[in-house]
Amino acid sequence: MTQDDTPVLTLADPAPGGSKPMRTRRRIQLVPFMQAAPLALILCVFLLLPMGALLVVSFFDYDSVQIIPAFQFTNYAEVLGSAVTWRTYLNTLRFTAIVWAVTSVLGFTVAYVLAFEIRSRTTQMVLFLVCTVPFLTSNIIRMISWIPFLGREGLLNSTLLKLGLIQKPLEFLLFSDFAVVLAYTHLYALFMVTPIFNTMMRIDRRLLEAALDNGAGWWRTITTIVIPLSKSGIAIGSIFVVTMVMGDFVTVRLMSGGQSASVGLMIANQISSLQYPAACANAVVLLAIVLMMIAAILRIVDIRKEL
Amino acid sequence: MTATFRRAVLLSVLGLFILFLYGPTLTILVLSFQGPDGGLTFPMNGFSVHWFGRLFHTQAVGDFGGSLIRSFSLATMVMVSTVVISLAAGMAFRRRFWGSGPLFTLTVASLIIPSILVSLGVGLLFSALGLDPNWYSSAFGAQLTWTLPFGLLIMFAVFNRFNRAWEEAARDQGATPWQSFQHVVLPIIMPSVIGIALFGFTLSYDEFARTLLTSGSDNTLPLEIFGMTTSVTTPVLYALGTLTTVFSFIVILVSLAIVRVLAAKRAI
Repeated sequence: MTQDDTPVLTLADPAPGGSKPMRTRRRIQLVPFMQAAPLALILCVFLLLPMGALLVVSFFDYDSVQIIPAFQFTNYAEVLGSAVTWRTYLNTLRFTAIVWAVTSVLGFTVAYVLAFEIRSRTTQMVLFLVCTVPFLTSNIIRMISWIPFLGREGLLNSTLLKLGLIQKPLEFLLFSDFAVVLAYTHLYALFMVTPIFNTMMRIDRRLLEAALDNGAGWWRTITTIVIPLSKSGIAIGSIFVVTMVMGDFVTVRLMSGGQSASVGLMIANQISSLQYPAACANAVVLLAIVLMMIAAILRIVDIRKEL
Repeated sequence: MTATFRRAVLLSVLGLFILFLYGPTLTILVLSFQGPDGGLTFPMNGFSVHWFGRLFHTQAVGDFGGSLIRSFSLATMVMVSTVVISLAAGMAFRRRFWGSGPLFTLTVASLIIPSILVSLGVGLLFSALGLDPNWYSSAFGAQLTWTLPFGLLIMFAVFNRFNRAWEEAARDQGATPWQSFQHVVLPIIMPSVIGIALFGFTLSYDEFARTLLTSGSDNTLPLEIFGMTTSVTTPVLYALGTLTTVFSFIVILVSLAIVRVLAAKRAI
């Protein structure tokens, strides 16, 4: 895989076809339509309809044994009226904010080193690949692999004990909020590195040289040239990280050991206790929040214009 | 801060990041070779392949063989569909057509709607229609909503850099649209098509949240592994982790090898 194969979010509209005689126009219009039809069909059946089903069921009534078709706002009233729900939403937002801050700084730094500090083209591509490969392996295995590292008798605790830095094992390492944030960073930092690296590779190197020639220091070059020109990459990475952390439930369940909650986990729990309408109302609220956050990101950074 | 010192710091950040990415996985790789009396953490209590053997005892793992076969078949189905559908759609998106704007928005939405919601929605839809969810029907569709956007975005990246002069030359020489696609476009974009295949396969093979509520009664491998995390407290879990990670690496290396061979062929 070369750089050309890395996923780049290109929001710019594809170029329209050149002007063709009117006679062939009609026939050619049909071809792209048929080419796009399978994609449209699958997204309608497996995305649009299911989201519709979610919305409809969120107004249904239910008791301990069945779901009763109805049109009522009880589920929403329960979601928005419960203090537990509010706390869970706030906790999810807190995780999102922390993970976003950590992954954007880390992702930016790693992408910067890859794009500007590694001079050989081959080394650059090999290192980029090395940073991408874990994305293609199992997330659950990657989470499990922290257990021997962070556990009570894990590598980190035993090393610190041996060095005499601590007297008894640190308990907060595994099954805690710390472990959750660490796992998120481990899983999702790549989603920051890849788009930021892609936009950085498009920055004209002469701009940096010009800045240096004009007496700007390294830090000034970063803040006035590299960061503004990498904005669209940072925005795309942020969209990925925000949506994945907001909707996650596996990481919180595995890494917090049941000590922390997230909206996704709350939905998963409602599903397993067969409270489908409640889960759906929660899902609709979550989706609304996620979409608002993305709209906010797109408002700050216009990806369309910058790509 | 001198420039050399800064460079050393930055390079070590990259080094530590790579260690952070791979360190834990390497740890479980080593620990999966624990002796028969070894536990979930260091020290190593002997060295054996005992836990790999345990994988094939049904009481240790629910249904390892069955779930592996299901995951492999599903990943292959998803891979083929993702390549064909996103390649076709990628060709279509090279020009504006009726509905191209909304379809593009829908594709991006597919990427950002949390997986658990897709899973729940597809599950509800199937029960509303009176259909039984199965890994080859509902889970297959739910996974496509995750792999297709990636496939299409890769196609966009490819066609943004694609030189149309090649196609025009083919057309001028009298090639039909299909001939120009088959003999000109496809060979040029082949490395990216392999990339889409790789994404489609591995994303499906490791997918958890979208399969959870859509796979019906038979588990795929990630679901089986997730089930094990709560019940299994022996290194057999690591053995399974090592095995699936090694498998993913083989798939990645094979794809890279194919891309290299294609590049070498073109250079001649």
